[in-house]
Amino acid sequence: MTVRDAEQLEATWRDPPGFFGWFCAINHKTIAKRFMITTFVFFVLAGLLALAMRLQLAQPNGRVVGPDQYDQMFTMHGSTMMFLFAVPVMQAVAMYLVPLMIGARSVAFPRMNAFAWWIFTMGGIMLYVAYFLDIGPDAGWFAYVPLSGPQYSPGKRVDVWAQMITFTELAALMEAIVIICTILKMRAPGMTLNRMPLFVWTMLATSVMVLFAMPAVMLASTALICDRLVGTHFYNPGEGGDALLWQHLFWFFGHPEVYLIFIPPLGFMSSIIATFTRRPVVGYPAMVLALIATAFLAFGLWVHHMFATNLPELGKTFFTAASLMIAIPTAVQIFCWIATLGSGKINFKTPLLFVLAFFVILLAGGLTGLMLASVSLDVQLHDTFFVVAHLHYVLFGGGVFPLFGAFYYWFPKFTGRMLNERLGRWQFWLFFIGFNVTFFPMHILGLQGMTRRIYTYPEQMGWGGMNLTATVGAFMIAASVLLFIVNVLVSRRHGEPAGANPWGAGTLEWSMASPPPAGNFERVPVVHGRYPLWQPMQEPSHVTGLDNDDRVVLVTTVADALPDHRMALPTPSPWPFWSAVATTIFFIGSIVTPWAVVWGSVPVAIAATLWFWPKRAVAERRARVEVRP
Amino acid sequence: MSEPNERQRGHAQPARPEPPEPHAPMHPGAGLDVASLPTFGFGQRSPMWWATLGLIAIESTVFALTIMSYFYLRSHANVWPMTGMPPDLLWGSLNTVILVASMVPNQLAKKAAERMELGPVRLWMVVCLLFSIAFLVVRGLEFTALNTRWDSDAYGSVVWMLIGLHTTHLATDTYDSAVLTVLTFTGPFESKRFVDVSENAAYWYFVVLSWIPIYAVVYFGARY
Repeated sequence: MTVRDAEQLEATWRDPPGFFGWFCAINHKTIAKRFMITTFVFFVLAGLLALAMRLQLAQPNGRVVGPDQYDQMFTMHGSTMMFLFAVPVMQAVAMYLVPLMIGARSVAFPRMNAFAWWIFTMGGIMLYVAYFLDIGPDAGWFAYVPLSGPQYSPGKRVDVWAQMITFTELAALMEAIVIICTILKMRAPGMTLNRMPLFVWTMLATSVMVLFAMPAVMLASTALICDRLVGTHFYNPGEGGDALLWQHLFWFFGHPEVYLIFIPPLGFMSSIIATFTRRPVVGYPAMVLALIATAFLAFGLWVHHMFATNLPELGKTFFTAASLMIAIPTAVQIFCWIATLGSGKINFKTPLLFVLAFFVILLAGGLTGLMLASVSLDVQLHDTFFVVAHLHYVLFGGGVFPLFGAFYYWFPKFTGRMLNERLGRWQFWLFFIGFNVTFFPMHILGLQGMTRRIYTYPEQMGWGGMNLTATVGAFMIAASVLLFIVNVLVSRRHGEPAGANPWGAGTLEWSMASPPPAGNFERVPVVHGRYPLWQPMQEPSHVTGLDNDDRVVLVTTVADALPDHRMALPTPSPWPFWSAVATTIFFIGSIVTPWAVVWGSVPVAIAATLWFWPKRAVAERRARVEVRP
Repeated sequence: MSEPNERQRGHAQPARPEPPEPHAPMHPGAGLDVASLPTFGFGQRSPMWWATLGLIAIESTVFALTIMSYFYLRSHANVWPMTGMPPDLLWGSLNTVILVASMVPNQLAKKAAERMELGPVRLWMVVCLLFSIAFLVVRGLEFTALNTRWDSDAYGSVVWMLIGLHTTHLATDTYDSAVLTVLTFTGPFESKRFVDVSENAAYWYFVVLSWIPIYAVVYFGARY
């Protein structure tokens, strides 16, 4: 490949320049970077809400905010963290990394990927605009009926929540399809399923779960908004509806969702552990099978959120058993990592610190999970701060700690510069200690009977000391996140230059320059093992015969990744953006009037048609070079 | 920084070969030439096939969960339907016949697309569209014969949800097919559009076949 070829490839795959070009961008790295930043902004916003809540609870009879504002705050905090941060951030990271890891020049549907990010962002903005207009949702992040129904929550607050669900789940479903198709059809030749990096496996498992989990919450929230706006009776017991139907549908989504947050970080872990122990992860087949088992079992757990309802005891026993059983595949993975760590040469860097924290924090969260899986104990602890402690231990340990590790690990690839190691260590220890100071006392508060979602408590309860401790911890976490932001802002300009492979890793994303060129691979690689960069070169080493002057990618077979055909991908277009605008008008309009479903569909149809309609010049050029199968 | 760690471990390392130095592929070996491969493929060769399958998985889940909600509400009701009047059979059954019959031109369009013959593709796409108009009209009549409203009671809500969801599929797929049909007449046409026609037909099979359980639930779940 000559310099000229590389330049031509860059020109072919680059996003259009300028202000209008910004709205036409479809390169997966551009979109993924925007997506990561968007989710991180939501993480910070939800964190600020948490700080405000901790200030309110720091002392008995707190007067920082009133009960109505407090209700909105915990609902916004939970909804943002779950729907606008934890699940989408994993998809955002995957959108950047998956094509690089599998040797592809793009994702399979770049315009749909762009559309998903636009629609996600617009949904998140809608939620926060509503919050600042004092119509923020206030019925909790799982919006139980009858509280969230028309009788007890008049006004528009819960409608905003329900439409935010529609926005974010639509985006998540589209991203899942893009990820699945990319992984199954666009792997470089030779990357059989058996050689796929473990992170790619986790994203495949997660994305398949999304297809079956997310529809439940979309259906549930659509039924809720219909109850509220057009007088249906799904959840109205007075007319034959049933409030528990909401809980079933919500948790049929909600429990798998925990695993949508938790499984991708297992892939971060496997990537980071392999690199920093300088050896392949032990037990690749066991790791993959454990992932798939986890993804299956995750669908058999939802009722354990409903132990405090009047379900049949026998049914609860089944769900207790399933809840205990899911510990088995998780344990298999943990033992494989321990074996990897024990037999490798450990290189102690910040990413690995965050990964090691996983073992401590998630273990603690898992143990309290075992306690909650017991029906009798659950009935005692239901809706107390014990549950708040448990869920934060699981989500921080299983999600946020590995995610920060992943940022430290892949930041050099995203930007070409290293994050500062010293600041990284400070951040880690502040985060780790601050987290435990915040959430460990909540276990005890819960055991002492402090229920969640109370906006204040009287002095006589004796909860003041531990609540103050938790608030101090929350500020440590905030300081840690601030350090991270400083580190990112300073390092992206002044950090140490990273080069292609600063950690000596073995997977393909480290084979090209950092940041990667627009077309990812100057030569599409041919893969001969699980860690191609740790292997001596074998022939054939790369693919030839793909045009540099058009967006052509190689499509391969599903299991064996044999070359199958050369597909031309769509070019940059403003229509994903306009389609997202039209869809936003449709969704927000339908909160105001049901008729928006009718007139709102017209601009959506027009924008989607113009999106699909081929450009004559591009179609004619491609028709000239097409080869029929 | 590896020192404290070495101390913690405290035991001799088993002799293991160092992983080779990561190599940058500066000097490539022989290439794998793909220049003669086709530019598109049908069925599961195409990413579009997998995306369609994903969409079908999502929407099947929605239908299945709605049907489960139907029976969940039914299991808690003393009388079902709550008004005592099941939907009239005529229009729903007629529509089932039309939908099943539409699979014939659909199959012919799919086969023509896979043979890459533009003339028959145009013909059968137009026939499919005529079917679409027929069942959308009959679907309108179906709504008048449900004998319940969405706001009558929970039974009415879930019946309208089921039929509403399916009607959304009918309407959107009719529109999609119409756009694709127009494209086959006006161009700019690339042969890879034959794949789109083929996948469009595959999705139509899903819309028809998902109707059969919905029809059974709405019309007979209220009778037996």
